[in-house]
Amino acid sequence: MNAPRRALNISVLRFNPRDPDSTPRLQTYGLEEADGMTLFIALNEIREKQDPSLQFDFVCRAGICGSCAMLINGKPGLACRTLTKLLGPEITLAPLPGFELIADLSVNTGKWMRAMSERLRTWVHATERDLDLRRMEEPMDPDLAERIYELDRCIECGCCFAACGTARMRPDFVGAVGLNKIARFRLDPRDSRSDDEWYEIVGSDDGIFGCMSLLGCHDVCPKSLPLQIQIAFIRRRMAAMGLS
Amino acid sequence: MRVVHSDVLVIGGGLAGLRVAIAARERGFSARVLSLVPAKRSHSAAAQGGMQASLANVFKGQGDNEDVHFEDTVRGSDWGADQEVVRMFVNTAPKAVRQLAAWGVPWSRVRKGEREVVINGQKVKLMERPEAHGLIGQRDFGGTKKWRTCFVSDGTGHAMLYAMGDRAIAEQIPVSERVEALALIHDGSRCHGAVVRDLITGELCAHLAKATCIATGGAGRLYRVTTNAVINEGIGHALVMETGVARLGNMEAVQFHPTAIFPAGILVTEGCRGDGGLLLDGSGHRFMPDYEPEKKELASRDVVSRRMEEHIRAGKGAQSRFGEHLWLDITLLGRAHIEKNLREVKEICQYFLGIDPAQEWIAVRPAQHYTMGGVRTRHTGESPWLKGLFAAGEAACWDMHGFNRLGGNSVAETVVAGMIVGEYIADFCADPGNDATVPMNLVRECLEREQAKLDHLLKGGSEDANELRARMQQVMTARVGIFRTGSDLEQAVRELEELLVRSRNIGVRCRSPGANPELVTAYRTQKMIKLALTVACGALARTESRGAHFREDHPRRNDRDWLKRTLAVWKHDDDTLPALEYEALDVSRMELPPGWRGYGAKDYVDHPETPIRRAEIEAIRSRLAGADRFALQAALMPYEHLLPPRFHGRNERIEEKL
Repeated sequence: MNAPRRALNISVLRFNPRDPDSTPRLQTYGLEEADGMTLFIALNEIREKQDPSLQFDFVCRAGICGSCAMLINGKPGLACRTLTKLLGPEITLAPLPGFELIADLSVNTGKWMRAMSERLRTWVHATERDLDLRRMEEPMDPDLAERIYELDRCIECGCCFAACGTARMRPDFVGAVGLNKIARFRLDPRDSRSDDEWYEIVGSDDGIFGCMSLLGCHDVCPKSLPLQIQIAFIRRRMAAMGLS
Repeated sequence: MRVVHSDVLVIGGGLAGLRVAIAARERGFSARVLSLVPAKRSHSAAAQGGMQASLANVFKGQGDNEDVHFEDTVRGSDWGADQEVVRMFVNTAPKAVRQLAAWGVPWSRVRKGEREVVINGQKVKLMERPEAHGLIGQRDFGGTKKWRTCFVSDGTGHAMLYAMGDRAIAEQIPVSERVEALALIHDGSRCHGAVVRDLITGELCAHLAKATCIATGGAGRLYRVTTNAVINEGIGHALVMETGVARLGNMEAVQFHPTAIFPAGILVTEGCRGDGGLLLDGSGHRFMPDYEPEKKELASRDVVSRRMEEHIRAGKGAQSRFGEHLWLDITLLGRAHIEKNLREVKEICQYFLGIDPAQEWIAVRPAQHYTMGGVRTRHTGESPWLKGLFAAGEAACWDMHGFNRLGGNSVAETVVAGMIVGEYIADFCADPGNDATVPMNLVRECLEREQAKLDHLLKGGSEDANELRARMQQVMTARVGIFRTGSDLEQAVRELEELLVRSRNIGVRCRSPGANPELVTAYRTQKMIKLALTVACGALARTESRGAHFREDHPRRNDRDWLKRTLAVWKHDDDTLPALEYEALDVSRMELPPGWRGYGAKDYVDHPETPIRRAEIEAIRSRLAGADRFALQAALMPYEHLLPPRFHGRNERIEEKL
């Protein structure tokens, strides 16, 4: 009844920039696969039993917080919800490219995302500041609320940016994560900004016009956000603004 | 010695912490948030099903108001809650939802006309009113008389946290990410800030502030099986307890959520049952109506979790290679509903169980979920024992949940508490009487003490932190869980005490500069074992059953002897047990004196003052016959003076225009 358990070899690209003795290298850890094992479980087992210095980030371990994005066999993905049984016995893990490396598999996506938010001003710019909280809320079309939520589901994991061709060439590119935010706030009637203001923010080669439409972002997004159509839509609107 | 100054230091970057910081900032004070992780990755994001606020927009929410929400919450708490705080909360929750709507949360909205829902296993048609069209919708949740839970599909916490996080960025609030507080800086009567470690570089610094607020969330990781994120280790609680002055309240009150997927322990929302999902046993039988004919699957979480475990003990569970479990069936809700309103659940089932919940049942079993206990505070959020120390959200015990929290009241509390405590913190900062001169020698001593502790760990003892932590988690899950007995708890305390002694001899092998995850595990484990002992000691001492605290050897709620809050403090560093004290709840001031909850056990031992208070309330009610509900409420238990002025006022509804 019990099938023999697989032996896994997990190779991790390791480097600690704060350690003068550290050089980038691939280190391989062998372990026995367990039922229902995810990369979250596997990496923690390696750290507890084999190598206490191994660094990685997990928070929710349920695929919703976006902390654990890494390259899994070369492709960006969320490690916590990746079952090892769906991978071959040889697994290669590397830190997400495009972000500041903290060490090993840990990268500083948070710092990048905050800077992106500040730059794109990713919050509702309301016309009215002093809301009377005792009053009933403004109605919103139920379909519109759902469409906004569809774009609001981004978890800022960084997979799209890691899979982006433009990001390799333009370090200041806002990425699909940033362009999706623009689409999200542009759709939101509570935000008073107009297309000429959006143009000021993303009407450049570091914004919407930098995108080469390779759409790696769309392929790897763990939340299956409609990035392709949103980027195309924003580009059309911004091109129209630029020409007018 | 690096020192960073702010008016307000908030420890924790989830919904409560961010909201406190925004409140302080709006009043012109500088606020800094410290967070273990990027703020938007906080565990608030994991709240799925929704936020309770009595907006009464949907058909099944009609007639809802603060009074109904108040009663549901107090009954849910098994009368452990502070009723004044519950009143403050229920009156502010609608304001919080509406403010969040203005800040961009894409709340699911009411659609006018007929719609089909599932209630009690049956398809039912409801007609939504045209005047409610486009207003914020509500779904059903456990332990509530009305549909009251406002939601954003099943990503409510995510949507709220992102709106809040973006609001904090708009307010230019600095968030120090990947840092950790190691100790509070205090002189025994006044808190001045915290010693903080950078989790990237490993460096220590001092953060000094006029007001310090703990908003670090829950302590689920004391248990082996928990829905909580890996960062919910109760370190904020431990920092407070280690002051030797400030107290924690009711740490034995631990909630177990009925539907964690088995065996991973990942949450699937109560919204599954609220929307009509059923609990089935190993033979596919719907068993909850057998135990709870009134509320069935939608009794409060403590009751449902106990009934599930009881059913498994009776041999009715489903078998799997990981052990026994039960089933959650949401197939009857239909694919369209699941893919719109339960999409995170669908993803979780797909990725972690490899099933499609629109077609297959979900394996579930109760798991640790929520920490009702926390840093004991006044209604203002301030610790009565340490001036300048505040707490808000799950980390606090101001105490609105008592011994059981209702689903949907947690994210609601985070924001409401953030609003209220944030205002009180701003008031505190505005008062020149609270200015303090921080003695720099005290700061230096604190820093040096914490550095010495780290050096001691790095010098290397013989104990392995991972092993001690795993053992602690096992003891907590096996002996301080849903069903508790005196002998189990005694053994738990004994074993945890041994682990504590051993934890003083933890050694760290890893010498790598900077982050050093092993060192982090080491110092956190020392703190967590203390906290685990506090939970176990409180549970052992409390010889009654109340809410989520269930003693098989004392199965009745005992108001006569136990209508009181447990207070715990760690007096001296070398103690091996916490000191426990008690604080009585005052029946004579309750708006809703203790009684039967409407579900769960019906027998309890009355408090001698309960009949007296009941008679008083009857007299007030007959004296005010014909008066509106506001006048009656004010006569029973005035509370509005406890709220900051900007949150005074009634809440408008379709049926209650201002």
